[in-house]
Amino acid sequence: MTAANPAVPLLEARALSFLRQDEPVFAPLDFQLHAGELALVEGDNGSGKTTLLRMLAGLLHVGEGELHWRGEPLQRDRCAGEILFLGHQLGLKADLSPRENLQIAAGLHGCRDGARVTAVLAEIGLRGYEDEPARRLSAGQKKRAALARLLLLPATLWLLDEPYANLDRIGIALVNDLLEKHTDAGGAALVTSHGAVSFHGGEPRHIRMHA
Amino acid sequence: MSNWIPLWLHKLGSPPTFYRFAGTLQPWAMTLALLLGAIALYGGLVLAPADYQQGDAYRIIFIHVPSAEMSMFIYAVMGVAAFIALVWRIKLAEVVAMESAPIGAAFTFITLVTGSLWGKPMWGTWWTWDARLTSELVLLFLYLGVIGLYHAFEDRRQGARAAAFLAIIGIINVPIVHFSVNWWNTLHQGSTINIFGQSKMSTDMLWPLLTMMLATKFYYAASLFRRVRTDLLALEGGKDWVRRIAEDEAKS
Amino acid sequence: MNRPGLLPACTAMLRRDLTLAWRRRGDIAMPVLYALIVTMLFPFALGPEDTLLQRIAGGVVLVTVLLAMLLALDAMFSSDIEDGSLEQLVLAPQPLALMLGMKILAHWITTALPLIVIAPLMAAMLHLPGVVIPVLLLALLLATPLLSLLGAVLVALTAGTRRSGMLLALMLLPLCVPAVIFAAGAVAAAQQGLPWLAPISWLAAALVLAVVLAPLACAAALRIALDA
Repeated sequence: MTAANPAVPLLEARALSFLRQDEPVFAPLDFQLHAGELALVEGDNGSGKTTLLRMLAGLLHVGEGELHWRGEPLQRDRCAGEILFLGHQLGLKADLSPRENLQIAAGLHGCRDGARVTAVLAEIGLRGYEDEPARRLSAGQKKRAALARLLLLPATLWLLDEPYANLDRIGIALVNDLLEKHTDAGGAALVTSHGAVSFHGGEPRHIRMHA
Repeated sequence: MSNWIPLWLHKLGSPPTFYRFAGTLQPWAMTLALLLGAIALYGGLVLAPADYQQGDAYRIIFIHVPSAEMSMFIYAVMGVAAFIALVWRIKLAEVVAMESAPIGAAFTFITLVTGSLWGKPMWGTWWTWDARLTSELVLLFLYLGVIGLYHAFEDRRQGARAAAFLAIIGIINVPIVHFSVNWWNTLHQGSTINIFGQSKMSTDMLWPLLTMMLATKFYYAASLFRRVRTDLLALEGGKDWVRRIAEDEAKS
Repeated sequence: MNRPGLLPACTAMLRRDLTLAWRRRGDIAMPVLYALIVTMLFPFALGPEDTLLQRIAGGVVLVTVLLAMLLALDAMFSSDIEDGSLEQLVLAPQPLALMLGMKILAHWITTALPLIVIAPLMAAMLHLPGVVIPVLLLALLLATPLLSLLGAVLVALTAGTRRSGMLLALMLLPLCVPAVIFAAGAVAAAQQGLPWLAPISWLAAALVLAVVLAPLACAAALRIALDA
């Protein structure tokens, strides 16, 4: 992680909104996210949580308002390697094993120092399933295989869309653990969830969304 | 948005302004189109003398050539609008590009049909694989592709951007097709037909032709304005200016 | 952290698509079978006359290969869109155009290359003279990547839509006219004993242009298609 000036927020949104058919999908948002912080995006179904995350990830064009990255207007090519997005669609190839899927991700995004695919898969709870085609895994195991990317790939900001979906109690604890380690190491994360989630660490920042 | 776009153009690009502007001009353009078209037809069909070689059959030229010219002119307009739409994401440019496509396709179709009708008495065949004809056919497919792609998307603005991209690819493609078919014709030594010959056109024939070209331009403008206005209303349905228009309509 | 270089990223991409194709190798056989069946129908439709079949052989093989490729084109991005891997690819800190270039290369290797391999068989079924077959293969080697590249741009454009099969054909047709003309022209010239280098050179020139421009256009088109 690069040493950041704590005064400058990692990510800052000013009157941010997304337009679909010229209608704003959600009411303008203002928020700051500093290094080491965790933000919980809350809102009812259809309030635009997924849209917000996809826009922050750079998949959607910013509709209205501004986005700043480390104090400067966000430019995709400059921060591409620092943002990791995990959406509803997991981005796993069903015909490839978790190991192969992770190797490809590492080939494209790079690897954290010292992170090894086998160790990462064991840590995420997929020991023994490393070489099974992803199609044969259960929904929760697939989710874990996708989450393994968080451990393997280098990124400062995690954008996680419903990371708890399909996970059992141990899995949920695992995600909380990952988030805590990440923020302790100076990373930041933006997480959507419509269920109540408890964190061991400090109180997360809340971003409330309204349609 | 870039600074070098003149302010008035920028203003004109806003939907309510263009809606009013097009609404004022549209009846005038249509009147001029009908008037000039009638004059051109009278000049071409009645006043102009019969051709010494082709007799009266040549008179289809007064429809065929202006349509052919419009098929390319409209594609050029569409291409420019598509470029503006993609680079500056101006909604009006998207609408202009997408609403030009059906008009252009219609002119291209008329060109192909009249050309075919003309070809039968002149060359003894409805169709020949000449570069000009083939390019025109490819142009029709390009128009249809743009229209099809536009309507394949659920989000109209996204569809417009995708179709605008296709329109720009088409601009590069048409000259290549023209060149390749020309090359192909020399290889096959097929029907090399000189469409216009070297005969010089007399002024009696020339002025109706030019008038008709002008009339089709006005028709295009009138038709485009009408379509763009309808589209803007649909796209901006929730906006205040549209609501005001609807209220005014309800009152009167 | 260590960001991967371009070469490892390219090989990862290429290996991924080739592995995926290999795991579903039955799909690779489909266009090949299709091409063989279509070629077989021509003698039945036109009669088994040697001279007639010889005259149309080059053109038939080219058009059949084109149609077979069109059949497989639709699938180029569809599975990647469904499972979200395309999103990950777009967000990866790598030049998207280059990554898509690798995808197109993998697609060409898995769909066009098998067709080129059986092209001599198709040509033999239609009695194309043996001396012309090298020219046919050369024309195919240049024309098929051109079609893959152009097709990829169009598939990317339709990526955001639901049904795209017919639409794809409608859009691709105008674009592939020059490629068909030059490829068939080279074969026809070789068959008549005329110099065939000129059309081949035109094809090569078009291919060079497409190799540079098509991946960039494909990347731009994909960004439009995903932006909704």
